[in-house]
Amino acid sequence: MDRRIKKHPILGEGKQGEEVTVYFDGRPLSGKKGETVAATIIATGHRINRFTRKMGSPRGIFCGIGQCTDCVMVVNGIPNTRTCVTLVEDGMIIETQRGTKGGGAEND
Amino acid sequence: MIEKQAVVIGSGPAGLAASIEAAKRGVEVLVVDENSLPGGQLFKQIHKFFGSADHRAGIRGFNIGQDLLEEARKNGVEIWLDSAVIGIFPGRELAVEKGEGNGNKTLQKIKAQKIVIATGASENAVSFPGWTLPGVMSAGAVQTFINVQRVLPGERFLMVGSGNVGLIVTYQLMQAGADVAAIVEAAGSIGGYAVHAAKVRRAGVPIRLNTTIKKAGGQEELEWAEICQVDSSWQPIPGTEETLEVDTIAIAAGLKPLIQLARMQGCHVEFIPELGGWVPLHDKNMETTCPGIFVVGDSAGVEEANTALEEGRLAGVAIAEAVGTISPSRAILEKEEIWKRLENLRLGPFGEHRLLAKKKIIEEGNRQWKRE
Repeated sequence: MDRRIKKHPILGEGKQGEEVTVYFDGRPLSGKKGETVAATIIATGHRINRFTRKMGSPRGIFCGIGQCTDCVMVVNGIPNTRTCVTLVEDGMIIETQRGTKGGGAEND
Repeated sequence: MIEKQAVVIGSGPAGLAASIEAAKRGVEVLVVDENSLPGGQLFKQIHKFFGSADHRAGIRGFNIGQDLLEEARKNGVEIWLDSAVIGIFPGRELAVEKGEGNGNKTLQKIKAQKIVIATGASENAVSFPGWTLPGVMSAGAVQTFINVQRVLPGERFLMVGSGNVGLIVTYQLMQAGADVAAIVEAAGSIGGYAVHAAKVRRAGVPIRLNTTIKKAGGQEELEWAEICQVDSSWQPIPGTEETLEVDTIAIAAGLKPLIQLARMQGCHVEFIPELGGWVPLHDKNMETTCPGIFVVGDSAGVEEANTALEEGRLAGVAIAEAVGTISPSRAILEKEEIWKRLENLRLGPFGEHRLLAKKKIIEEGNRQWKRE
């Protein structure tokens, strides 16, 4: 699925920017320099960023401005990274976060 | 320790306006913003602003943002991005986690003669069964995705709330190619401007008054929303439930000032519902009850971009006066003009209650002052 907006009556063509490759749960995805990690993921139609610690329930974007911390993921091995305010970089490793620590099954 | 005449926290319209006016009058200004891009929320605003020529009617928000940035740079304002102020300590010392541009951060201590808090606001949430599902998000988040990131976070939306944010984001969703099933509004009348409401209705989106979101569901992501009518005491009316097939719910339920830093410093705050909740008291110069600390824009009470700009300008002039780069007689005249423009912005059915609330803040702020 491609959720990028390519035509727009006011903003014109889609976001311009150098292509970068990131790895989302092991799969390569193409992103654009200058966009957030959350945007790169949402552009593929994927909206689950993490599963909560106690109930394992899914969470995605909520506030989009770095305030609510609902969208945190493991980015380059660092858990609890706010993906809505973190810009993608070439070669970045992004993982769905489970609980509060990391991408693996091992959690508190 | 770095020393600065003025440190402005936040580079939205209020913070930039304060910086520009202070810098133009010879004050050395540093702006610190936790985001990687300056401009605050202006860059999401692709619609034209209204009002008078003085307030750039007919110009789109993102162009206003660009003009402000250019003006700030031209006047020698220093801007640190990716840099979060993590504390303000007695003696107007700030601790800043400064982004060095290469992903690394350093801790910097700054001593400021004057501090301006221009941290803006955050959106209110509405909770209902299913509200934590991916696909339920704030209207501002939707706006950031479609207008700044240029991606659609869903295909078919339900908008909760008919204030200006709800109406404008609905229209912008359609411009981005999405479908909006309806706008629900629990009150009996539309919250935002009639101009925006008419646009949305002409585009075929029903605005359902006395109606609210009851619950939402889906496997791991949002798949449906149940709406229902409410009676005059806001209670759901049984039998009026209706299920809409939507994959995204956008919540536009107002904003509240972001005042953590003001609170941490001990600025006196009061609960002012007309301005979004807890608001730091301030005087006519926008100075809080903590000497040398100013608050402007949405963090001084939620209004709109034009009032934020004027409040920022006011603080900028007041700071130049206090630091001594302009004479008090010049400052009086310049502030008088800004106050007049602010009063004009707060006229009419939408502005009047804010004007009264602001007057209350200033009166109360003056009283608190005398106590200290």
